[in-house]
Amino acid sequence: MQINKLQVEAIRSGSVIDHIPAHIGFKLLSLFRFTETEKRITIGLNLPSKKLGKKDIIKIENTFLSDDQINQLAIYAPHATVNYINEYNLVGKTFPTLPKKIDRILICPNSNCVSHHNFITSSFIFKKNKFSNMDLKCKYCEKEFPKNIVLSY
Amino acid sequence: MRNPLFKKNIISINELKRNELELVLKKSEILKKKPQPNLLKNKIIASCFFEASTRTRLSFETAVYRLGASIIGFPDGNNISLKKKGETLSDTISVISSYVDAIIIRHPQEGSARLATEFSNGTPIFNAGDGANQHPTQTLLDLFTIKETQDRLSHLNIAMVGDLKYGRTVHSLTQALAKFKDNKFFFISPDALIMPNYINDMLQKKEIFWKRCKNIEEIISEIDILYMTRVQKERLDSTEYANAKSKFVLHVKTLKHARKNLKILHPLPRIDEIDYDVDQTPYAWYFKQAANGIYARQAILSLVLIEKH
Repeated sequence: MQINKLQVEAIRSGSVIDHIPAHIGFKLLSLFRFTETEKRITIGLNLPSKKLGKKDIIKIENTFLSDDQINQLAIYAPHATVNYINEYNLVGKTFPTLPKKIDRILICPNSNCVSHHNFITSSFIFKKNKFSNMDLKCKYCEKEFPKNIVLSY
Repeated sequence: MRNPLFKKNIISINELKRNELELVLKKSEILKKKPQPNLLKNKIIASCFFEASTRTRLSFETAVYRLGASIIGFPDGNNISLKKKGETLSDTISVISSYVDAIIIRHPQEGSARLATEFSNGTPIFNAGDGANQHPTQTLLDLFTIKETQDRLSHLNIAMVGDLKYGRTVHSLTQALAKFKDNKFFFISPDALIMPNYINDMLQKKEIFWKRCKNIEEIISEIDILYMTRVQKERLDSTEYANAKSKFVLHVKTLKHARKNLKILHPLPRIDEIDYDVDQTPYAWYFKQAANGIYARQAILSLVLIEKH
């Protein structure tokens, strides 16, 4: 028997970011400044997930994320889905794809990079390395770092 | 001929295409043979050195004066009111860009020249060194010297010696020479200061020959250019430095089997990695290389500031 029980309160209208890896939900809230809004936000942590084992979920009322915002989620939550809700009904579903560049969210691990100063925002482009993994190249200091180094910085 | 460098920011050597590099070298050659003092008459150029670099500053400023332009600026960021008042680099550049036709910037932080382009309102920026990142006009003068001494920039065997890990000149020069055909690279350095992977990977990707060698003697008879750099004492522990120091010092006897056309280059300052006796050999070219900085900088300044030549 299937149990259709909502783990987090349903929203009438807005965006639901689902399938966020467990423990990443809070990070997304702060990095993407989702909290800098008056809109109602509900968050679920460590929810059961068939796909991930455990997952986090974020629901933002009356807010529809831009394609750019959605794609930037891919760096932390590559398997996330973003659902659009209207009048409690699912009206659209989209999946983040890794963008060509990522602005503002990350910090350059090079301590002498000018992006640490002068109130400017960081900017990285994705580059495939020789092992076909993704590296991140800082627009300013031109240094390339493995993705995990930048994410853990 | 269309001038692709007109109004361009000169921030990183990687952004200059092969035809653009060749244009700068051609222009350097013309200016060396036939100075054209009025090329930048009535232009005002700012020389903003947020950290002291006497040689680069004097070279740039000489180039500016030789082109007939005027210069404003400061030689050392520690003694300017902007720093004492805590003004940001972006605000400083916004203001200065409204005074002048171009800005030459030297700054200790990596990426500062690129940042400057975002606040210069279209006034061209010339990177005169941003931390350990880029120093594109050094590479232009290196290329000009190689072209001048070897009459080509392809089919060359180039050895690079010393601090290949932190030395930005060798990184940029390798990237620039990799744009030309059939060059071979030989890298000689202490284990702690080997060429970074991103340079080796770039060469591999382009299927360009490169090899790590133990010492200069091993390849001296095969090379056309010997590019020496300073092994920085502070980068190694004292034992490593003592070993490196004796192993990578260039003596006259090391040059016994050198090719006739060999030229020794060095970005300077030299400390003790080239014995003073080497200066008297026909291979020593580092002071002429430094002098070429004037022509390479004159060339890039005039190409960026004048559309038609």
